[in-house]
Amino acid sequence: MTATEAAPNGAALHVGRSLKRKEDPRLITGRARYVDDMTVPGLLHAAIVRSPEAHAMIVSIDSSAALAREDVELVLTGQDMTDLESPLPCAWVPPGTEIANAPHWALARGQVNHVGDPVAIVVGTDRYAVVDAAEEVLVEYESLPVIVDPRAALADGATLVHEDLGSNRVFEFSLGGGDVEAGLAEADVVVQREIVNHRTSGAPIEPRGVIADFRAGSLTIHSSTQVPHFVRLFLALQLGISEERIRAVAPEVGGGFGAKLQFYGEEVLLAYASRRLQRPIKWIETRSEHMQVAHHGRDQIATCRMGARQDGTITAFHVQITADLGAYLMLLTPVIPVLGAFVMGGCYAIPNVRTDITGVFTNKMSTDAIRGAGRPEATHMVEVMIDQLASELGMSPPAIRRKNFIPKESFPAEVATGVVYDSGDYHGSLDKLMGKLDVEAFKREQAELRGRGIYRGIGLSTYTEICGLAPSRIVGPSGLGLQTGLWESAMVRVHISGAVTVYSGASPHGQGLDTSFAQIVADRLGVDPEVVEVIHGDTGTGPQGLGTYGSRSLSVGGEAIARATAKVAEKAKAIVAHELEAAAQDIEVSGDRFSVRGSPDHGMSLAEVAGAAYIPENLPEGMEPGLEETTFYDPENFVFPFGAHAAIVDVDGETGKVAVARYIAVDDCGPAVNPMIIDGQIHGGITHAIGQALYERVHYDDDGQLVTGTFVDYSLPSAAEVPMFETDRTETPSPSNSLGVKGVGEAGTIGASAAVTNAVIDALRPLGVTFMNMPLTPMRVWEAIEEARGGVPA
Amino acid sequence: MIPTEFDYAAPESLDDALWLLGEGGEETRLLAGGHSLIPLMKLRVVVPTKLVDLRKVPGLDGMQREDGSWRIGAMTVHSELEHHPDLGLLSRAASTIADPQVRHCGTIGGSLAHGDPASDLPAVLLAAGGSVSAQGSGGPRTIEAADLFKDYMTTSVAPDEVITAVHVPALDGYGYGYQKFNRRAEDWAMVAVCALVYARDGVCEDVRVGLTHMASTPLRATAVEEALRGQPLYAGSIAEAAERAADATNPPGDLNATPAYKRHLARVLCQRALTEAAGLS
Ligand SMILES: Cc1cc2nc3c(=O)[nH]c(=O)nc-3n(C[C@H](O)[C@H](O)[C@H](O)COP(=O)(O)OP(=O)(O)OC[C@H]3O[C@@H](n4cnc5c(N)ncnc54)[C@H](O)[C@@H]3O)c2cc1C
Repeated sequence: MTATEAAPNGAALHVGRSLKRKEDPRLITGRARYVDDMTVPGLLHAAIVRSPEAHAMIVSIDSSAALAREDVELVLTGQDMTDLESPLPCAWVPPGTEIANAPHWALARGQVNHVGDPVAIVVGTDRYAVVDAAEEVLVEYESLPVIVDPRAALADGATLVHEDLGSNRVFEFSLGGGDVEAGLAEADVVVQREIVNHRTSGAPIEPRGVIADFRAGSLTIHSSTQVPHFVRLFLALQLGISEERIRAVAPEVGGGFGAKLQFYGEEVLLAYASRRLQRPIKWIETRSEHMQVAHHGRDQIATCRMGARQDGTITAFHVQITADLGAYLMLLTPVIPVLGAFVMGGCYAIPNVRTDITGVFTNKMSTDAIRGAGRPEATHMVEVMIDQLASELGMSPPAIRRKNFIPKESFPAEVATGVVYDSGDYHGSLDKLMGKLDVEAFKREQAELRGRGIYRGIGLSTYTEICGLAPSRIVGPSGLGLQTGLWESAMVRVHISGAVTVYSGASPHGQGLDTSFAQIVADRLGVDPEVVEVIHGDTGTGPQGLGTYGSRSLSVGGEAIARATAKVAEKAKAIVAHELEAAAQDIEVSGDRFSVRGSPDHGMSLAEVAGAAYIPENLPEGMEPGLEETTFYDPENFVFPFGAHAAIVDVDGETGKVAVARYIAVDDCGPAVNPMIIDGQIHGGITHAIGQALYERVHYDDDGQLVTGTFVDYSLPSAAEVPMFETDRTETPSPSNSLGVKGVGEAGTIGASAAVTNAVIDALRPLGVTFMNMPLTPMRVWEAIEEARGGVPA
Repeated sequence: MIPTEFDYAAPESLDDALWLLGEGGEETRLLAGGHSLIPLMKLRVVVPTKLVDLRKVPGLDGMQREDGSWRIGAMTVHSELEHHPDLGLLSRAASTIADPQVRHCGTIGGSLAHGDPASDLPAVLLAAGGSVSAQGSGGPRTIEAADLFKDYMTTSVAPDEVITAVHVPALDGYGYGYQKFNRRAEDWAMVAVCALVYARDGVCEDVRVGLTHMASTPLRATAVEEALRGQPLYAGSIAEAAERAADATNPPGDLNATPAYKRHLARVLCQRALTEAAGLS
């Protein structure tokens, strides 16, 4: 029996409603507990000595001054930790590829390879003192030449990040189907562009933080992470202790955006030092550290070729990506561009699609998953290219899209890259979007603004993405090569009071999942979501799970909860049937009780059922007492959310400054569990992408120094920089899970950068600018305008 | 992100503040709103051993009109300037500083003493021809705006002096315009231009133009002023004068703005600010 069948046969009471978020009161009133809010008796503090050099040999480290301080307990360098079992892990390598990898130690051994590379850890009694003491650790470096440009890094004779490897080339991987060269040869028009998805930071409002407490042979680690179960697993491997001796807790986590989907060296260092000292130790990342050493995202340069026949039918899309991986391979580093390659065909029935990826080492921080992880890059490439093609063909952007959409009837649809899109209605979302645009008004305003030197443009993006990261069969060791399974687990416990506690292996950190999960459970057990408590992020209470990322927690974690709840409901029905002398199949959840179909007065509340289960005087023959169930759920397929976005932008023709005047998004993530939460995720996602398109950029100079090391230089947009978003939905259920849901945490980010970029290019066409790459900063836009005018910006 | 250790005092009189300042030597710093000083301390760019907080010192607040000018206490915060009904240009410029949180902490005295060429208020004081009152071991003195800003984050206020008040000519009858260019609402100015115009019968009788972030100090755009003073005010004369906005400037470049782009911005913003000040927009 599936969870849907266990749901009330009447209308869902809670699912589908915009319930206010259960987590908000504690967040808004400052009552949430983050790692830095916690303390343990006897707590020590740590600070990390980091390399100011991008590439250098470590000649010597003199810790004597720091060690001489009374408030310092321990200083460790890489040489002091040679008993570590292994370097930091890279857990996902593209299938069938040879990877050149260099050991990445929690503390550098002999050589540093990017600014911020950790060289020593200082542990002491006072948070402020350890920062001073870290400055007293004297490290002598011998500078090496630095390489920051990924394309130059591939040239013969280039400076090598890791001399022993003999090359900066990490791997090459291709994914595709059909024959792109034949497809391009068939085309009447081929457009080629170099598309840059520049480097960005996740920049959650709470930086990272760790408390490690090793005592009596067991380790408790609190970490601001998205993946406590991974942290437990990898710490066990690093420290050579068994997993059940470690409890990893992600308490309140103030955002992650992928930057906390990682296993970081600091987690190892704190655990290692705590074991050494047998004392609890805390480390809180500063914002400056976060900008340097929390992994970055994007940084792909791609040569894209798209071909079409005169009628607009796209015949082939070929992409050659140079992916700057930074100095080391971290948890998922090499696979990020691969995730994009799966959806390189976008929403379109393109028979020939291929992505060739070259991963490259440079003297920069590693790149890894940041919100969307590969799919924003791919969507940006497809959606910018299709507009470039439309303009070449003299077609309108909506027309070329409609011409090539995979039709609604074709789903499930296997696409050229080999994945099977679960469900979609691309015409539906574009039609709905176009209905909201009011093209006449746009044209009127455009003409009027032109008189004032403002160039108004409109840009579309129709996207689909691949998420709900799971199918262990597909992504696991013998599939795409992830060195673990990717399922989710849930336990639903009904207390004798009728209150419910749900334990999830997901690890939400701002997605509102406590609320969405509670809504799902409440409907199925006839209780108010208020009495459903959701516990997550603690390997001690939710022993199994895989965390929150890849827009997986509703479609995989939520489904697991729905299934566990269905089992509880089954048992409850059997108890009710027994008590009321009815047949179990005649019991249904109706309002706040389990009752006999057709006679709603004849029933029991969940509290009454729980009473019968825990005081087992009259249970059905052979039934165990108690009322709790556990499930593990591993889906059959990914889910593929989709949508259509439009941006309307105003460009100041004199200064080059871009303002987003309107942003309209029609998204489809299946049936809405909580529409308000979906809107919130979309708002944040779009803002994130507007950030990439117009404001944010991680930039290193030629010496490998980070130029954008604070929030003054790393320009995150605020509410003042974005318009009121206009959102709407279509609801196309996914056949992959019984809730029909698809992920939505990354969708906004995946869809939006292309819409903004296309809009800016559209705005600039009258000025002769026909193509531009992000970031569309005022100066870059002004330079593009000047160049098109034939002037050279002085 | 964590400053080095420092002592802290919050004296209750100007004399005590001056005494503490004199006694502590170079490493002692005054603390006003802290919104420039504390970030630099956290980055360990500035490493004072002692902070002397001015918040309890009497007499450093309030705004009064005295004859033709405004006397503004040094500890007046930006939001008070912003919401004052009669301060014109100063009010406008203050309203563009960062966000409400910063505007409720940052002070006019701190902003002028800090001497950051990207700050909004220094160029306004310069254009308006204002001055500051300072008090130090050598007694009180007045420093004209034209003599105040010496170099990047360097002013002629001595390390043992406290700015007590700021004097801004009221410039009744002047029209004003303020054009600040930044990427995000909360950012410092990439370039800003303030303009004050006194017109009679369509002729520009007086004009003052201040430039923010076009050199290591705020500047007066004297070439623009000379070109427009005495001329009839219309779009053409303004455009012509604004072409000179970048003359004799030396703008520092950064990742988001080369000197060439800043010069271009200065001309564009100058034209807009003058148009606004002349009431022609
Ligand atoms: C995020 C952010 C954004 C900002 N954006 C802008 C902006 O867009 N435009 C802008 O103009 N400013 C901006 N600022 C700076 C802000 O306006 C500062 O508050 C102001 O420049 C300094 O004033 P303060 O009172 O905070 O001075 P403090 O930081 O306390 O002191 C600054 C310096 O002045 C000295 N000092 C202070 N008061 C006196 C005095 N009375 N006499 C002598 N010396 C004194 C101090 O010793 C110190 O050296 C921003 C600040 C932040 C944090």
